Amino acid sequence: MNSRHAAWGVGLAALIALPFVYRDPYHLHILVLILIWSFAYTAWSIMGRFGLVSLGHGGFMGVGAYVTALLWNHLGLSPWIGIPISMVAAGALALVVAYPCFRFRITGHYFVLVTLALSGIVLQVITATRDHTGGSLGYTPNRAPSGHGLIALQFDDKTTWYLIALAVWVLGLLIWRWVDHSMSRYAMEAISEDEDAAAAAGVNVTAEKLKITLISALMTALAGALYCQYQMFISPDTVSGIAVSLQMVFAVIVGGLYVSLGPTVGAIITIMLAEILRISFGTKAVGWDNLVYGLLLVIFIIFLPKGILGSVLDRLKTQPKKPKTT
Amino acid sequence: MQAFLDIFDIYLLEAVVNGILLGGVLALLALGLNLIFGVIDVTWICYAELVMIGMYGMYYMVQAFGLPYWVAAPIAILLVAGLGALLHYLVIEPLLTAPPINQLLATGGVLFILQSFATVAFGIDFRNLGIRLPVLAIGDMHFSYSRLLAFVAALIGMLAVYFFMTRTYTGTAIRAISQDRQIMSLMGVDTKRIYLITSALGGALAGLAACLLVLQYDVHPFVGLSFGPITFLICVLGGLGNFVGGFIAAFVFAEIISLGGLFADLEWGYVLAFAFFIVMMFIRPAGLLARRS
Repeated sequence: MNSRHAAWGVGLAALIALPFVYRDPYHLHILVLILIWSFAYTAWSIMGRFGLVSLGHGGFMGVGAYVTALLWNHLGLSPWIGIPISMVAAGALALVVAYPCFRFRITGHYFVLVTLALSGIVLQVITATRDHTGGSLGYTPNRAPSGHGLIALQFDDKTTWYLIALAVWVLGLLIWRWVDHSMSRYAMEAISEDEDAAAAAGVNVTAEKLKITLISALMTALAGALYCQYQMFISPDTVSGIAVSLQMVFAVIVGGLYVSLGPTVGAIITIMLAEILRISFGTKAVGWDNLVYGLLLVIFIIFLPKGILGSVLDRLKTQPKKPKTT
Repeated sequence: MQAFLDIFDIYLLEAVVNGILLGGVLALLALGLNLIFGVIDVTWICYAELVMIGMYGMYYMVQAFGLPYWVAAPIAILLVAGLGALLHYLVIEPLLTAPPINQLLATGGVLFILQSFATVAFGIDFRNLGIRLPVLAIGDMHFSYSRLLAFVAALIGMLAVYFFMTRTYTGTAIRAISQDRQIMSLMGVDTKRIYLITSALGGALAGLAACLLVLQYDVHPFVGLSFGPITFLICVLGGLGNFVGGFIAAFVFAEIISLGGLFADLEWGYVLAFAFFIVMMFIRPAGLLARRS
């Protein structure tokens, strides 16, 4: 166990040191994107691994991004306050939708479709209030006057963003680990097997599910807000709606739903794939990345439902133990 | 004041009638999806994308090959029916024993594939058939013939499915399977074949909807997103697999969208419809017509 902790520590130290040694802005940009999206995907997987498949996370992400940006532009409220407010808003939205869902035992297909309606609503509201949100043309947070970058959470240099994204990503993994080691995990696993039996065994089904959903929604909203602050441009298509929700599901499934680094592996694969296709095909690549995504998603669900990392780890575990090479 | 009321009422009536006309096509789509769900127990998230492919098929046959509309329509229906069967054979069949969520997500992958295939193959331009049907004016109200035609054709399509389901052996077998999946294979019904036929039938309904929608809307790779989600909501509101419920829910939704669009923007009509859906899910989780247990 100790060597494992050491490995984590060394890996983390290497990741922190990276931007000070290696300064290529394009590669750092890709890394920041990977870290932010990994965090969002981790947020999704916290729910998804217990069979709570939500297609509403695009909605939470949209709320996180748009509320933060709107508060900054219209009220001049610093994202330091705006982000918590947007997270609370997304959490409230999650509770309003999820509580009745869980109370009335809406599960499986029905839960997926109710949450699908949720991301549909958020997308349509953003589009319909185009006087304030810019509609489908997108929205840009106002540039802060120079010297006020910290208050506005706007940084021009990639290293700062890399470190912020890294911290958030580690936070995401810690939350994942905390859930993984908590009693909630056993409760949720029991619930996903059989709700009635879990309830009979003394699990408060509604409360447990709500807890997980709330954690997941808060994290997703934070990811949306960070994405907005980093990119300085959001549009309904990139941070909300059904396509974003499906993208999350896709990345998590490809990476591995049941392992802590699975969503990260998924983010690395999807973002690298999109970038490689974009660079090698240029503007002709429009559509190709999604075509490959879709194909991979179908192939993975049919042949590798545990995802890449999950399957690799499984194989390592079942292999006969080799003599230790230390 | 009186003049204001007169105008208001006419617009209201026009919106109500347009809602009913819209409801016809939505009911057709909901029927196809319900059929698939009721029989095979999967939700095709990519259903609206099949319609999109059908619309492109119509566009190319009419615009590029110069076929008349009436010749192109049956070909498009067959094309999408084949696509539906193919989807079942390639994606759903290997997953029949997997958790239902996996099937749903796999069809989500197919949604990506079809959308980006259309982007790659046809480009992202909006295209239309170039057929403009005249507008029917009754008093001060205006209805487009394309909507009327769509409504009538959708009704005929649904009647055809109804008779197929009640009057033929295959239809009876399909209905029987939707009632009890396990026992039917013991009764000597070839489940695999029935599943394929059902998928093709669901595809054919999507194809028919494509032929009708292409008269009213421009085609582009993301056109499916504009009516796909609504179709799922209709099915869930009516109770997944419940044909009559889906039929009623389609008209309820169409009226909400149409009337909401009258009083505010069209998007607010959709917002209202979505919100109505979520509220209804809490009041009647198992669908409009479900009996309370």
